[in-house]
Amino acid sequence: MPPMLEIRDLYVQVEGKEILKGVNLTLPVGQVHAIMGPNGSGKSTLAAVLAGREDYEITKGEVLYMGRSLLDLDPEERAREGIFLAFQYPVEIPGVTNMYFLRAAVNAIRKHRGLPELDAMDFLALVREKLRLLHMDEALLKRSVNEGFSGGEKKRNEILQMAVLEPRLCIMDETDSGLDIDALRVVADGVNSLRSPDRSILVITHYQRLLNYIIPDQVHVLLDGRIVRSGTKELALELEAKGYGWLERELTVSKL
Amino acid sequence: MPTDTATITQLTQREYEWGFYTDIEEEKVPKGLNEEIIRTISRLKGEPEWLLEWRLRAYRHWLTMEEPRWLPNIRYGQIDYQDIHYYAAPKRRKPLASLDEVDPEIRRTFEKLGIPLEEQKRLAGVAVDAVFDSVSVATTYKEKLRELGIIFCSFSEAVREHPELVRQYLGSVVPYNDNFFAALNSAVFSDGSFVYVPPGVRCPMELSTYFRINARETGQFERTLIIADRGSYVSYLEGCTAPMRDENQLHAAVVELIALDEAEIKYSTVQNWYPGDKEGRGGIYNFVTKRGACRGRRSKISWTQVETGSAITWKYPSVILQGDDSVGEFYSVAVTNNYQQADTGTKMIHIGRNTRSTIVSKGISAGHGQNTYRGLVKIMKGAAYARNYSQCDSLLIGDKCGAHTMPYIEVRNATARVEHEASTSKIGEDQIFYCRQRGLSTEDAVNMIVNGFCKQVLLNLPMEFAVEAQKLLGISLEGSVG
Repeated sequence: MPPMLEIRDLYVQVEGKEILKGVNLTLPVGQVHAIMGPNGSGKSTLAAVLAGREDYEITKGEVLYMGRSLLDLDPEERAREGIFLAFQYPVEIPGVTNMYFLRAAVNAIRKHRGLPELDAMDFLALVREKLRLLHMDEALLKRSVNEGFSGGEKKRNEILQMAVLEPRLCIMDETDSGLDIDALRVVADGVNSLRSPDRSILVITHYQRLLNYIIPDQVHVLLDGRIVRSGTKELALELEAKGYGWLERELTVSKL
Repeated sequence: MPTDTATITQLTQREYEWGFYTDIEEEKVPKGLNEEIIRTISRLKGEPEWLLEWRLRAYRHWLTMEEPRWLPNIRYGQIDYQDIHYYAAPKRRKPLASLDEVDPEIRRTFEKLGIPLEEQKRLAGVAVDAVFDSVSVATTYKEKLRELGIIFCSFSEAVREHPELVRQYLGSVVPYNDNFFAALNSAVFSDGSFVYVPPGVRCPMELSTYFRINARETGQFERTLIIADRGSYVSYLEGCTAPMRDENQLHAAVVELIALDEAEIKYSTVQNWYPGDKEGRGGIYNFVTKRGACRGRRSKISWTQVETGSAITWKYPSVILQGDDSVGEFYSVAVTNNYQQADTGTKMIHIGRNTRSTIVSKGISAGHGQNTYRGLVKIMKGAAYARNYSQCDSLLIGDKCGAHTMPYIEVRNATARVEHEASTSKIGEDQIFYCRQRGLSTEDAVNMIVNGFCKQVLLNLPMEFAVEAQKLLGISLEGSVG
């Protein structure tokens, strides 16, 4: 079985500036990997490129998703093929209820997979089951997408969408940013409930604390556009204790 | 990978679906405008002397008026008023005894437009008056309404059958000398709809008029007059389409609404006249005067409009709040794409005590479209405790279009309360990307965002129309993002 995601020597520029400088990463099926790195290291760029965001110029390298080339697909095709990005800053869509939005998304994906579309009743049953699983309130469905949501509510809404859309590959872009410890735990519980042998999760984060709740199989450190070290969850703890400066210094020394 | 700027340059490129022309023998008066033409129109319609006199007074006044050219955001070519046919009617041999005698070609035209005229196929719960060029060709459900005392017929028929009502109310809200286009309409108006709802009667179905401009080089000048007597209620809808043509055609209608004590009129419009092509050639000049008078205490008039068509739209459905405790509402969605221009809004004139008005305007501009909200809220001296709330939101798609908001507020009573809120936003690449990341196409994403933006207004449309309006919004904006 090919890995869920394979990134090979990926170089990416934004407005002429090189952000990713040869990223290599393999995420096997069923595993949870974390990418850690300081601000400006290219974490969010990597998430955006995987989701198909335009305005990012790929100058070199390739990305394979379940063995097939990913980079030529439109964002919606990637989504329908099972890639889900939990946004760092979820967008507000005034006047469109969460319920309507989610059903449209579910049906777009079902249609792509040759499944019949869900009617309002079937959809409600599905979404209620997920809400129960995530201990979330049904009132959320009637509100406009992310409009007037607190930071925590927005992130939980992303997890709800993830649960309903049942993706194969989840990319979580700094889902922990701006969350207090209680909200963090709720979000982490949600993610953990979605772990499964045929689903892979890529957790992108600045801080180690999220990884106390979502235990990764592997941790990769992204520094200045490259993965400079990979290891087990202990690597995250080491980073927490010593700071990113420790790795930066070590890398400079080894280059000398 | 293409950049997202390209994404936001396209969502409006579907062809106008209603642009076909019906080949039918028509009776037209010669081009041009003079007293003789007006006498001819009046004679063709078999009108009484007083109405001819009224037309002539309007015409003579019109001659003294200047065509308005003062709107800064509206540009249009010279209209040659002598180069228009002021009356065109499908030729018929004898008066129609029943709907079944409607010319099959015209019947097919309305069927193509989704407005069946046959008894068995009629829209459930909607009575339709179909206006083809200058005349009303069919009115459905007439008998059923008559049992309740409701009069719903063509304007011409009302002049024949109910002259006292027409004479009493015609021009009482929009006088013939009100403005340039209203004066022109008063001189040459050909047909339209007439509604009278007797005291205490709640009209059980939606009344609807469907306007179709078919003939070349004609103008459409219809007049609608709706009277809701004490304690009555009526909901009225109008829809409109026209063939695609390279030249501009003039549509200058007048609508007058009168609500007596505790009466309520709900007037909804889905305007889809031909908007012109992508380069801005052709399309309808939609210069209409719509005004309602809340004459009675606790009366209510509510305008809801979805304006997606026309090269230029120029209309301000207004309410004169005369009766104490009367209520005026204006809910509007106006879309301009390609080279369309819209200058629309409302006037709420508060005269009575405790009068209330609400204005919700949603303008959407795409392509090179220019969209202006222009509204007046006027609180007169006697309007103690009057209240107004206005909300004007603009949505921009792309960077070549424009949105303008011009509220005018005049308050002459210190107890009044007037609130105005305005916002302008751009459909963001972030919003579109978010939707696409959830599996939606760009087009579906924009549709969804636009419909969400317009929701407050669409909610006020009767169900059948709301669905049609949503589809229309999608079509009107197709290709503006891509």
